[in-house]
Amino acid sequence: MNMDWIWGLVGGLMIGSAAALYLLVNGRIMGASGILGGLVDGSGRETAAERGAFIAGLVAIPALAAPFWGTADTHITGNFVVIVAAGLLVGIGTRLANGCTSGHGVCGISRLSLRGMVATVFYLLAGGIVMVLFRHILGVI
Amino acid sequence: MRNLFAFLSGGLFGAGLLVSGMVNTQKVQGWLDVFGDWDPTLAFVLGGAILPMAIAWRVAARRRFSALNTPMPPAPDPRLGHNLVIGSVLFGMGWGLAGLCPGPAMASISFGGAGGIVFLLAMMAGMLAAPTVRSRIDRLAAA
Repeated sequence: MNMDWIWGLVGGLMIGSAAALYLLVNGRIMGASGILGGLVDGSGRETAAERGAFIAGLVAIPALAAPFWGTADTHITGNFVVIVAAGLLVGIGTRLANGCTSGHGVCGISRLSLRGMVATVFYLLAGGIVMVLFRHILGVI
Repeated sequence: MRNLFAFLSGGLFGAGLLVSGMVNTQKVQGWLDVFGDWDPTLAFVLGGAILPMAIAWRVAARRRFSALNTPMPPAPDPRLGHNLVIGSVLFGMGWGLAGLCPGPAMASISFGGAGGIVFLLAMMAGMLAAPTVRSRIDRLAAA
């Protein structure tokens, strides 16, 4: 039997606990695109050290844990046109919408934010349509 | 102290992304592929993540300041706006195409190979371009 859902639940609880820690201790909303985006465009200059420390943990701990986890592989496509297009879309989209899966999905829905719920509906719908179009009709991904 | 707890939060977030399978683009695309071989794992990830955070918001509602004396975030903005919808659609398209969203893109950088690094760079370029895109959309919307 496929036990992935248990790991999904355990990992999800860890993600939510991380967001809870960041809110209750640091007083910040844990949104990955916002934390990085504020460093990239300079809008988060006053909190740069805190953002940098968060990203350092986000990069370093999986790097240390991956060898013990065994199956640490993103299985990302080898098609670099798709990768660049996807990266640009994610970068532009998350900054326009002011949030991604962590900010709108986890932190927004859990406080019943209308913006978080609307954003989540639209990015899930768009992702689903892309799968139909690019996987089942065009066969690109 | 702030930076230590930021590091710990980021680390726990990253470990959770690794354990849950969010860094695996096949699992993400499998979840979005409702009409294919649908993989429900991500529903458990999102549900599991919302649970502790819903409790945290209840605790936060009774406090004005965080443990490290930062004012708690303001109430969510009730206004939706076209940028929220357009941005979320663009983000969802990119998420579906490659199977990576911003958190996992950073968490997987040590083992994601060249594809992961190129994705992260393209994403940061998109973040830099976003203000220009936003002002164009706002001008179109006002016209």
